Amino acid sequence: MKTWLAQHGRCFGTTFVKLARTPLGSVFNIIVIGIALSLPVGLYVVIDNLQAASGQLSAEPQISAYMALDASRAETAQIENRLKQSPRVQRFRLVPRDQALQELKQSSGLADVIDSLPQNPLPDAFVISAKNNTPQALEALRDEIAQWPRVVHAQLDAAWARRLDATLRFGRLVVLILGGLLALALVAVTFNTIRLQVLTQRDEVEVIKLIGATDAFIRRPFLYYGALQGAAGGIVAWLIVSGGIWVVNHNLGELSHVYASLFQLKQLTPGDAGALLLLPLALGWFGAWLSVGRHLSLIEP
Amino acid sequence: MWTEVFPAFFLDPRSSLLNPMISLSHVFKRYPGGRQALNDIGFTIETGELAFITGHSGAGKSTLLKLLVGIERPTSGSIIVNGQNVGTLQARAVPFLRRKFGLIFQDHKLLFDRSAFGNVALPLEISGYGAKDGARRVRAALDKVGLLKYEKAMPITLSGGEQQRLCIARAIVHRPAILLADEPTGNLDADYATEIGELFRSFNQVGVTVIVATHDQALLTQLKPRVIALRNGALAEAA
Ligand SMILES: Nc1ncnc2c1ncn2[C@@H]1O[C@H](COP(=O)(O)OP(=O)(O)O)[C@@H](O)[C@H]1O
Ligand SMILES: [Mg+2]
Repeated sequence: MKTWLAQHGRCFGTTFVKLARTPLGSVFNIIVIGIALSLPVGLYVVIDNLQAASGQLSAEPQISAYMALDASRAETAQIENRLKQSPRVQRFRLVPRDQALQELKQSSGLADVIDSLPQNPLPDAFVISAKNNTPQALEALRDEIAQWPRVVHAQLDAAWARRLDATLRFGRLVVLILGGLLALALVAVTFNTIRLQVLTQRDEVEVIKLIGATDAFIRRPFLYYGALQGAAGGIVAWLIVSGGIWVVNHNLGELSHVYASLFQLKQLTPGDAGALLLLPLALGWFGAWLSVGRHLSLIEP
Repeated sequence: MWTEVFPAFFLDPRSSLLNPMISLSHVFKRYPGGRQALNDIGFTIETGELAFITGHSGAGKSTLLKLLVGIERPTSGSIIVNGQNVGTLQARAVPFLRRKFGLIFQDHKLLFDRSAFGNVALPLEISGYGAKDGARRVRAALDKVGLLKYEKAMPITLSGGEQQRLCIARAIVHRPAILLADEPTGNLDADYATEIGELFRSFNQVGVTVIVATHDQALLTQLKPRVIALRNGALAEAA
């Protein structure tokens, strides 16, 4: 066990030195891997933040309930009473039909048309916020209100949120596909790097095979190289994305003096950073493993 | 009956006292698409022997050595090394077979991106030796071939004879039971060749089995070994 550790430690050390000693080639590889990885990660960050923002915005979805056109004051007051007593209603606002007509007149510029109408075409309406904002609870409340006497129509104003949600879900699918493709690319890049390494170290491989090295021993430095290269690419991707977030937030900060909004992108969590280190490491190792398995068998002394 | 009387090691099938170090019988080797390289070879080499395999170029000397360490497989016949049938050995057992040997090549096969020390340390690294004990052994091996002062030198800066001695240091550093050399003096001046010959003699004197494939007559007269002569892939005279 001790010699095993020592052997691995030594091999890891020489691999690290090798990686450090061939600066240009390995640096380019690492940068390419880093940029490739930063694409899906950056997109993921944007989507994740939009998700959080949409969560805040749609935290107060509203139910609009419309009375019948010929509903009387008393009937509207009855509904008002019910809403006051309902334990599921956070708060509500009555929009009387006269007020609604006035607002429509002012905002639409159709004053003449509206004035010429024989009667007010708009009903009394309630704008209701629920205590529980889960989609199920909202829908249940809407259905209940729609059953109340003289309520003709109740609707959930969450369509836009659902649309955003669908868009974000599509975005996440894009991230997944992009991530998968780039993971494949990372494996391919590592495969090729290791292929070149095995070929340039052909003599060395042949000699140590001749003097009794096991395949595991021969494979080890190549696997370490692939894993280290992948991990370094992950670190570069982390730097790119973190830097990008910092720049965006810096500029948003200046904007937020002008506007009241304090919209800020969240930085990558330590968990994200860990995944960004370990996943490329594993992929690099895998690419190297594929490559070494394939190319070492071609070298027989 | 006598199993109770004799010490156990006499009965151990791997014991060199009852079994020869190397034993070949009816060994044939034909390369794919080539002609017969070895033709019905059979001989035994006892532990501690000094044997030369001689013959003209193309006689099959290298092929014979390659069969012993599992670089090539025989087409038929059995090759027993230290109680193990090399011909049917599983691929993953081959590295461990090779560690029983010290291999010396005509072209040295040194690694040119490592110092002399690094080259000699290679077999110890491979078998997982501790660095401290390893360094002691590496220096002892370098000292044995007279290269201790070049410990830090890169192989490319050494002369042909020195490179060959470095190769020998690498072959003996893990104290193998058998030393195999393929044309070890093929590229060397006579003086250097004599030095190499003396090294072989000294290893043999401490009990190492030494097998040399060569057509160097001077080395033959110097060491007066047992000779296994090949001609066109067959044994030329009784071994
Ligand atoms: N890898 C190979 N493939 C095909 N033929 C080979 C190979 N190696 C050696 N031979 C043939 O086998 C015969 C014996 O070669 P070798 O063992 O190298 O002889 P020696 O070492 O005595 O010069 C020669 O005819 C040679 O051409
Ligand atoms: Mg030969």
